[in-house]
Amino acid sequence: MSVAKRIIPCLDVDQGRVVKGVNFLNIRDAGDPVEVAKRYDNEGADEITMLDITASHETRDTTYKTVESIASQVFIPLTVGGGIRKLEDIKKLLRSGADKVSINTSAVENPDFVKEAADKFGSQCIVVAVDAKSINDSPDSWEVVTYGGRNRTGFDVLEWTQQVTEYGAGEILLTSMDRDGTKEGFDNKLVSSVSSGIEIPVIASGGVGNLNHLIEGIKIGGAEAVLAASIFHYSEYSIREAKEAMRDAGINIRL
Amino acid sequence: MTQVVVIDYGMGNLHSVSKALEAVADTEKITISSALDVIKKADKLVFPGVGAIKDCMDALSLDLKETILEEIQKKPTFAICVGMQMLLESSEENNGVKGLNVLDGHVKKFKAFKGIKVPHMGWNKVKFLKDHFLLRNIPESSFFYFVHSYCCLSSKDALTETAHGENFISSLAKDNIFAVQFHPEKSQDTGLELYKNFLDWRV
Repeated sequence: MSVAKRIIPCLDVDQGRVVKGVNFLNIRDAGDPVEVAKRYDNEGADEITMLDITASHETRDTTYKTVESIASQVFIPLTVGGGIRKLEDIKKLLRSGADKVSINTSAVENPDFVKEAADKFGSQCIVVAVDAKSINDSPDSWEVVTYGGRNRTGFDVLEWTQQVTEYGAGEILLTSMDRDGTKEGFDNKLVSSVSSGIEIPVIASGGVGNLNHLIEGIKIGGAEAVLAASIFHYSEYSIREAKEAMRDAGINIRL
Repeated sequence: MTQVVVIDYGMGNLHSVSKALEAVADTEKITISSALDVIKKADKLVFPGVGAIKDCMDALSLDLKETILEEIQKKPTFAICVGMQMLLESSEENNGVKGLNVLDGHVKKFKAFKGIKVPHMGWNKVKFLKDHFLLRNIPESSFFYFVHSYCCLSSKDALTETAHGENFISSLAKDNIFAVQFHPEKSQDTGLELYKNFLDWRV
């Protein structure tokens, strides 16, 4: 036996409010990130990821406050991403109660930032988020993209994930931009190619439409963890249902 | 009133640890401090640690190190993650670092087995090797949250073990010292129960 596979719900937060149409029953304020995080915690989420999609300078203090209130009420790991550009941003988030931070664009623009961050705060809290898009619709070559896929970087995803691993990343959050929002399932070829090339855990993201997709991400993709937003937000499935389905498929899960 | 001091030497997720302790505290007062007199006056100590072990050891000033060594011999002490590793004899991380040598055992890098990811990150089962007051109300093979790349493989102070490719020691206990490799503050209700037991612990 070894460590259990993880299910990570992701909250997209805009100016302190959860977006993407949360539709929970028995929740007083569905837009309140703290309420939603508590709900996921109760359902058995293994971790929570919060993505600050505004990430503008003006709303930064709201983010720290949100992180602080989630962290003082929810006792599972919390990863925060969005707009992290400086070591000071990481320090403030960790001080507010985040356990890990997810770095995306600033890693691509300045790879040394990953090294500096891992040296200063430890690899355990540095997640590098990688948005991948297939090159000319090829099934086995991917390029790192930024700004929601609008900007192509020319970096090969497999080389990039190996490089940031060497630089001290503790984990890779891998999103397929070809699959994101499609509900067709993860790009498992991408997930397994990245995962087999590095020693650190890979979180699969982008494309989940049903519980079978989560199972495939682990069994076919070889991911250590699966991240999903909309299937949980719209209460299509609860996290407990997802975990039961994974357990029934023979996956080592915490239940 | 029982004073519980979380030792602040610049390393460790102090906020999470103290929030979790506060969540289960009854009359106990939880304080984060690096002041020697506060640590000396404390009834119980919590010794966290995160990141590289060399950075953690280097972050302890000589005064603080002496005070910690003196105080943890006589007070109920709870060490977490790298805090636990620092209490052992040595670690092979950072080309070899001497520990505080309070507990038996050495720290080694996880072996890379096929399909075993390092860091060991996530929820894993904790198997009891002995009984202990702090395991009160905690079911055998409960899940706790781990994040680490180095581990202790054997110790005469071992209390629980966990498997990740190979079996390693996930907690140790000796006299008034209790030390865990995992993060109770991130281990939901089971982790809080462990902290509750620590607050109730009379040595």
